[in-house]
Amino acid sequence: MGKIFKFYKDVDTDQIIASQYLLFPTIDEMKTHTFESLNSDFAKDVRPGDFVVADENFGCGSSREQAPGVLKALGVKAVIAKSFARIFYRNSINIGMPVIVCKDLYEAVKDGDEMELDLENGVIRANGKEYSCTKLPAKMQEILDQGGLIASLNREE
Amino acid sequence: MKHTLVEKIFGNKVGHEVKPGDIITVPVDWCMVDDIMAKFCIGKFEEMGFTKVYDPEKIVLIYDHFLPSTQADDTVAFHAGDAFAEKYGIKNVHRTDGICHQLMTEAGYVKPGDIAFGTDSHTVTYGCVGAFSTGIGYTEMAGILGTGEIWIKVPETIKVQIEGKLNEGVTSKDVILRIIGDLTASGATYQALEFCGSTVSDMSVASRMTMTNMAVEAGAKCGICIPDEKTAEYCNIPYDEKIKNLCPDEGASYSKVLTYKAEDFVPVMACPSLVDNIHPVSELKGTKVDEVFLGSCTNGRLEDLQAAAAVLKGRKKAPHVQFIVTPASRKVYKEALNDGTLEILSKAGAIITTPGCGLCCGRAGGVLTDDEVVVATNNRNFLGRMGTSKVKIYLASPVMAAKAALFGEITE
Repeated sequence: MGKIFKFYKDVDTDQIIASQYLLFPTIDEMKTHTFESLNSDFAKDVRPGDFVVADENFGCGSSREQAPGVLKALGVKAVIAKSFARIFYRNSINIGMPVIVCKDLYEAVKDGDEMELDLENGVIRANGKEYSCTKLPAKMQEILDQGGLIASLNREE
Repeated sequence: MKHTLVEKIFGNKVGHEVKPGDIITVPVDWCMVDDIMAKFCIGKFEEMGFTKVYDPEKIVLIYDHFLPSTQADDTVAFHAGDAFAEKYGIKNVHRTDGICHQLMTEAGYVKPGDIAFGTDSHTVTYGCVGAFSTGIGYTEMAGILGTGEIWIKVPETIKVQIEGKLNEGVTSKDVILRIIGDLTASGATYQALEFCGSTVSDMSVASRMTMTNMAVEAGAKCGICIPDEKTAEYCNIPYDEKIKNLCPDEGASYSKVLTYKAEDFVPVMACPSLVDNIHPVSELKGTKVDEVFLGSCTNGRLEDLQAAAAVLKGRKKAPHVQFIVTPASRKVYKEALNDGTLEILSKAGAIITTPGCGLCCGRAGGVLTDDEVVVATNNRNFLGRMGTSKVKIYLASPVMAAKAALFGEITE
């Protein structure tokens, strides 16, 4: 089980990690500024295995891979949203962080609730109920299974 | 089977018909890597174990976000990029020539029918010349640098048809803002936006760039215009059969068709803090303005600067306004210098900066504090993008920006 951190719709990449932190030498140095403008305690409060749950269009805006990067570095197990912006979606898979489309979860949970994710069967359990989520296209699932694009490319060679 | 323009470009490249939803691997004609992502991209390239790049002539490195440098470690990006370019024989390195998305077509790289990827979301801009282009992360870019290809899902296409003549004072910025407002910030996610109709044909390539540049603000994978004689002239290539074939088939299938009459467009702004929060300027007039920013890859071209100069000629900006002008490239800067545009803007009280991205992304210059208002010609008004999270950013056309600078408040 992991705790839910709930955000609204159209959360953009500037809000996930602002541009002034993008050239910090490592993702670990950037991660303390995650969601700074929305919830300055997020980086402090989130624990490995927790989840980010959002409405439509999560991760819109820039192409910065640091956005899924800081979430992964903080131990966020998966982002579950009604929909994702496409660059954020691809970037997440490429760094091996699950991004799950689930239409029904958002309205059913509140910030601080607990949930469990069964990635293999595409099922989320929260507050005693089950929610089914969309599976990834085969090409993306393959990259995710191998731990990201680097591992995947290395395997092809 | 009948095809949209994007389907045709992919089909030409892979040598067989494609349809929306197909996952295909495409060869990449152009890779654009900007300074923010250079260091990370190079790191991933090395981690992948590549020993050479697929084609040094197809890779373009552009330093634009960090020029002039403002933070102690900014120049690390340039050193990393330079070392990589030298090691792998990359000659296309632009250090102070302008904003990446302006240069990729202006400097003669991307041509009609090409496929281009870049490490910045506004890579969608190059659709202005009838190319497919989109933004990706640095890990994927590292993969392309090594292999020369990438997998992509063929997008569905939304057709945006606009017919007729725009009213005086209405620009392509007002058109694209209204379209984003109608589609919403996620309304075109994973899809291509194909702009067509007589209004688009009548536009300069520069005006079309404003439209394709902002396609991503509706979530689109790409924005694209049908290449024509103006495109050929801009790209310095002959207007031949190859270009003429780059048009959607009659009867191609679209996920959605939006139809507009040009005369229905009015000056609008995207209000804080969402790109799809569109309101007519008439509803906003009287809003006091602290800063005006004219520039960016959206609206930093010669015609944009000239449009502002036409408003400000012989006049002075309001005393309390910080008015900043950033030409999109060195070429634009020179042209605006030579034709007197910069002199008009300078005499009106503008701060004229070197071409670059720093202001638009809130990294350098023009950074504001709580409750201040900026009218800006760039493409994003996200919370906290140009200063604190309580700064109010209104996105507008160069004409509306110039009027805001002149009167110190939003003015129709």
